[in-house]
Amino acid sequence: MPAIQMLGITKRFDPVLANDHVDFSLEPGEIHALLGENGAGKTTLMRILYGLYHADEGEILVDGQLAHITSPKEAITLGIGMVAQHFTLVPSLSVAENVVLGYTRGLGFDPLAAQQNVAEAAARFGIKTDPAALVRHLSVGERQRIEILKALYRNARVLIMDEPTSVLVPQEVNVLFETLERLRAAGLSVIFISHKLNEVMAVCDRITVLRQGRVVGTVDKTETSQAELACMMVGRETFGVVRHGEHPQGQVRLRLDHLNALDNKGLPALKQVSLEVQAGEILCIAGVSGNGQAELARVLAGTLKPAEGRILVEDQDLTGSDPSRFLAAGVGRIPEERHEGTIGELSVAENMVLERLDDFTRNGLLDRNLIRRHGEQLIAEYQIKAQPTDRMRTLSGGNIQKVVLARALSGKPRFLVASQPTRGLDVGATEYVRSKLLEQRDQGVAVLLISEDLDEVLALADRIAVIYEGRIVGVIPTQEASLEQLGLMMSGACPQGAARGGNS
Amino acid sequence: MTRLKIERATAPLWVRPLIPVIAAVITFTLTATLVILAKANPLEAYYHFLIAPLSSRVSAIEVLVKSTPLLLVGAAVTFAFSAGYWNIGAEGQLYAGAVAAAWLGTILGNLPALIAVPVMLLGGFVAGMLWALTPALLKIKLAVDEVVTTLLLNTVILFVVSYLLNGPWRDPVSGWPQSPEIASSAMLPRLLPQARLHLGFVIGLLVIVALWFILSRTSLGLKMRATGLGMEAARFAGVNVNRTILTAALISGGIAGMAGVSEVAGIHFHLIDAISPGYGYTGIIIAMLGGLNPFGVGLAALFIGLLSTGGQTVSRALGVPAYLGDVVQAALLLVTLGAFILQNYRLRWVANEPRSSSPLHAASGNELKPD
Ligand SMILES: Nc1ncnc2c1ncn2[C@@H]1O[C@H](COP(=O)(O)OP(=O)(O)OP(=O)(O)O)[C@@H](O)[C@H]1O
Ligand SMILES: [Mg+2]
Repeated sequence: MPAIQMLGITKRFDPVLANDHVDFSLEPGEIHALLGENGAGKTTLMRILYGLYHADEGEILVDGQLAHITSPKEAITLGIGMVAQHFTLVPSLSVAENVVLGYTRGLGFDPLAAQQNVAEAAARFGIKTDPAALVRHLSVGERQRIEILKALYRNARVLIMDEPTSVLVPQEVNVLFETLERLRAAGLSVIFISHKLNEVMAVCDRITVLRQGRVVGTVDKTETSQAELACMMVGRETFGVVRHGEHPQGQVRLRLDHLNALDNKGLPALKQVSLEVQAGEILCIAGVSGNGQAELARVLAGTLKPAEGRILVEDQDLTGSDPSRFLAAGVGRIPEERHEGTIGELSVAENMVLERLDDFTRNGLLDRNLIRRHGEQLIAEYQIKAQPTDRMRTLSGGNIQKVVLARALSGKPRFLVASQPTRGLDVGATEYVRSKLLEQRDQGVAVLLISEDLDEVLALADRIAVIYEGRIVGVIPTQEASLEQLGLMMSGACPQGAARGGNS
Repeated sequence: MTRLKIERATAPLWVRPLIPVIAAVITFTLTATLVILAKANPLEAYYHFLIAPLSSRVSAIEVLVKSTPLLLVGAAVTFAFSAGYWNIGAEGQLYAGAVAAAWLGTILGNLPALIAVPVMLLGGFVAGMLWALTPALLKIKLAVDEVVTTLLLNTVILFVVSYLLNGPWRDPVSGWPQSPEIASSAMLPRLLPQARLHLGFVIGLLVIVALWFILSRTSLGLKMRATGLGMEAARFAGVNVNRTILTAALISGGIAGMAGVSEVAGIHFHLIDAISPGYGYTGIIIAMLGGLNPFGVGLAALFIGLLSTGGQTVSRALGVPAYLGDVVQAALLLVTLGAFILQNYRLRWVANEPRSSSPLHAASGNELKPD
């Protein structure tokens, strides 16, 4: 008997049909992937299962029994747990306190007993953690494990994970997969959402593909391939992008000169970074996340002031300037974290003009027609599933990313810094964003692309700069780069190419 | 058997305007006991509370008089809150405006009203701005929490006023702690014969319209909303967040200052200690009640004006304490805020089928069993 059966689930957000008679079933001891393009309705389906949304039609059976799940509390009672993408832990509490929070009996609380219980639960599922540690001190991957533990502690037998790997570095992804396999061995079931087909093929038993709210099909891993899955998702074959020819030597658009910057905790994050990006080239910053990429992106967006060094954009010194001056100097920015750049309670059209308000203002008054038309135009051009008047927060993750991209490119930037621009995007949208970046390059824009995805780096870059512990350890032309060499440089093992200096 | 379940579902659009009405009904039901304890008939009391003030010309106009400062402080608070600046200091900024009005009103005697009145309003606006300036600068330069600083400055200005009224401005004739009467050309013109309603009310309405216009139609308004709803994202997008907050804080203070002018130059004609019975704080209630929507705020101000007039009518007609009005007002606020949260849920009857709960899974909280 399936652990979960969802029958004929329909959910409408006027005018969108987010789920259209979706049938989904989950066996005990199975890792089941949900695949689909951005906005296909994966998150919506899971939110219905977890009681956050209520389906307009359809039934949910838990262990064969009809269940009315109207709140997460009821879902938890039925043994369903969810690991949210934005974690719900209290940073100033310990691991044990976080795990038992809201699940204690009576008024008394014994911290030592709680730690004991949590340690036992962690050991039972082979999750490595220190119950006494403060959550504040944990890495993203560790926090995610605590979220899992929290669900398990509440006797979850079904675990929902919505894009859990999008926030993890590769090593942590492996740890997560080990954990998931252990849960499967213990007879638990996992629903796993990801846009990365190789991950899906690595851990999942069965795969259900959604497209535009409808189930395209459910397949066994053993009977399918990545190409077939991609085809099921987007309804056509995908080809990947092609980079045209060699890049001509263009003029230097961005020059970073011995840049030092501190992170949030006041520790050095960028050390003596010197780089040049030329018109008509894509320079990739490759590296394992957490080696200073986030700070580099923030420095180039104008939201983090460097401690030392200079930032020159076409001979303009922007060191220490505000974001508005970066924008005025023709810098387009695509932030790593979508919510960093968009405001959920404002409309899509308003978000799209925020960076260039002056162009949409006459004598201090908003030109509302122009704003609406601009919104409609970008929505059409970038195939965003939204209306200009929709609140930003109602968009699916991938569509938010497209809005950010559209906004950055609509400003006709001369230098573009893009940070993980394809994270959380489906196969088709990833291809689309990559082709847009190449298009910018071909039009003579200087592009700085920060990415952890080596396939992406190799496909797009003209030159590759590897960052390790805040230093650029080498810059190499893509033709001369190999996966092995990049891997070594990224792990700090081989500062090969450093002799070339920061610049070409 | 069936059970009553609470589930998450947003109320349909047509329900939303009804929420204040529903809240009022619930509040009156809740406070009925108090009315009965005060030895009055609740229905009669509520008649006096809500209907009686509107049934005679005199008291209906009085409702508008009471609403006048409320429109202004409500707008002032809404302006700051929209930009995410939690100005709790409208009370103090109102007093600053009142001080300016009391001073300007005595020295502008020779000028015609056509000049004196605008100068008074402008002076009050500037005074409110100046009183709001320090906390705003502390906020944007040093990230000092404005809730604390604006609140504390409210007390400071009470001492300033007290000093003025007991020192240099003490009425030389009566010796009362009140400032000399302002010149008649500086008084706000009356709108109707034989009624206290004055120009301030029109100004209040105009400010509400201006508030709506600025927030929804201007570039400043969009920057303010962006800052209030997502400060980091606004900064990322090139909005000068500090300047926006400063502008919002100062204009907010200025509007509150005009409320002070309106009370001095429209009602009292001199400065007294008790020029405001806490209008600045009521302004926060009004802003929240109106959901930071300018027209909602306007309606909320009129409604609170009705309630405070009604509170007096009740106590006069039925001999219950005037404080009853305050109690009802406070209860109404709580119920309304509650209603705004509860509109995201609905109750539904569902068939009670057997459930597969193991003992560990037994407790299920979100349901109410009908008797
Ligand atoms: N609360 C909401 N209000 C209105 N529309 C919504 C809401 N939540 C989701 N939608 C719409 O429903 C559709 C499905 O969204 P959903 O978040 O389920 O997609 P998804 O498959 O998780 O996409 P992604 O891979 O980008 O996360 C989208 O078109 C989205 O805009
Ligand atoms: Mg999603």
